[in-house]
Amino acid sequence: MKEQKRDVIVEMTSKKILPIILTFGLYVMVGTEGAGGGFQGGCIIAAAFILYAVVFGIQKGRTKMPESWNTFFTSLGLYLYCGCGLLAIIASLFVAEFLNYSAFWPLTNLFGPYEARALQVEFVVEVGIGITVFAAFVSMFYDLAWKDEDEAEDDEEVMEC
Amino acid sequence: MLLTNIAATILMFFGSLFMFLGAFGLLKLPDFYTRMHAIGKCDTMGQFLIILGFVVYEGLSFISIKLLLISLFYLLSSPAATHAIVKAAFYRGVKVWKKGDPKM
Repeated sequence: MKEQKRDVIVEMTSKKILPIILTFGLYVMVGTEGAGGGFQGGCIIAAAFILYAVVFGIQKGRTKMPESWNTFFTSLGLYLYCGCGLLAIIASLFVAEFLNYSAFWPLTNLFGPYEARALQVEFVVEVGIGITVFAAFVSMFYDLAWKDEDEAEDDEEVMEC
Repeated sequence: MLLTNIAATILMFFGSLFMFLGAFGLLKLPDFYTRMHAIGKCDTMGQFLIILGFVVYEGLSFISIKLLLISLFYLLSSPAATHAIVKAAFYRGVKVWKKGDPKM
């Protein structure tokens, strides 16, 4: 097996492609008119970060998307989802049920019940799902990923101690 | 209308021809590298011509712009993926076929 080097073609192409993938993921994630949804968009955005980590090495990938952020983003998406449901309860003074979106009266008064529900699902709930899925997938990839040599040596030292 | 239909048909025919030749090469060629060489044509020219035929058939609309964007994304990413696969196989030490060897 020969010594592996960095490949110029793959690096350049992924550099040019990464913004396109992120934009496409956002396009899939937001909106209920076309195909897709929160889960799919989150998967595509996670794939962009995984591609970066595969091409440029896990060390650079970890500096781009640190593992401490994963917990933050995972819970942020969940808070967005649950907060949108709780907002309906709080705004209607505990009359409405959980996730009863049209009970959030400022939007309902402005746009009508169906449009208000669609707006909340499009821009808050789907984005929350997407953020959670993206962070969870990237964290799973980091857990399963190979380790660089320095890191592996450190681990061995710790094991010996 | 008739002219655009004919042009779209010709474009799609040549795209399918590229796809067919790629599949034929995948079945018939003896080696990993030559097979990847055949499949690369499938990925780039085949899909580009077929989607171009769709765009000509559809005319100028939002859908055709979306199709063109998909095709451009494919043209960017697919040759790089082929290159990465072949290079990885080369570093792993996959043998190159020479004349007279049995088919792998």
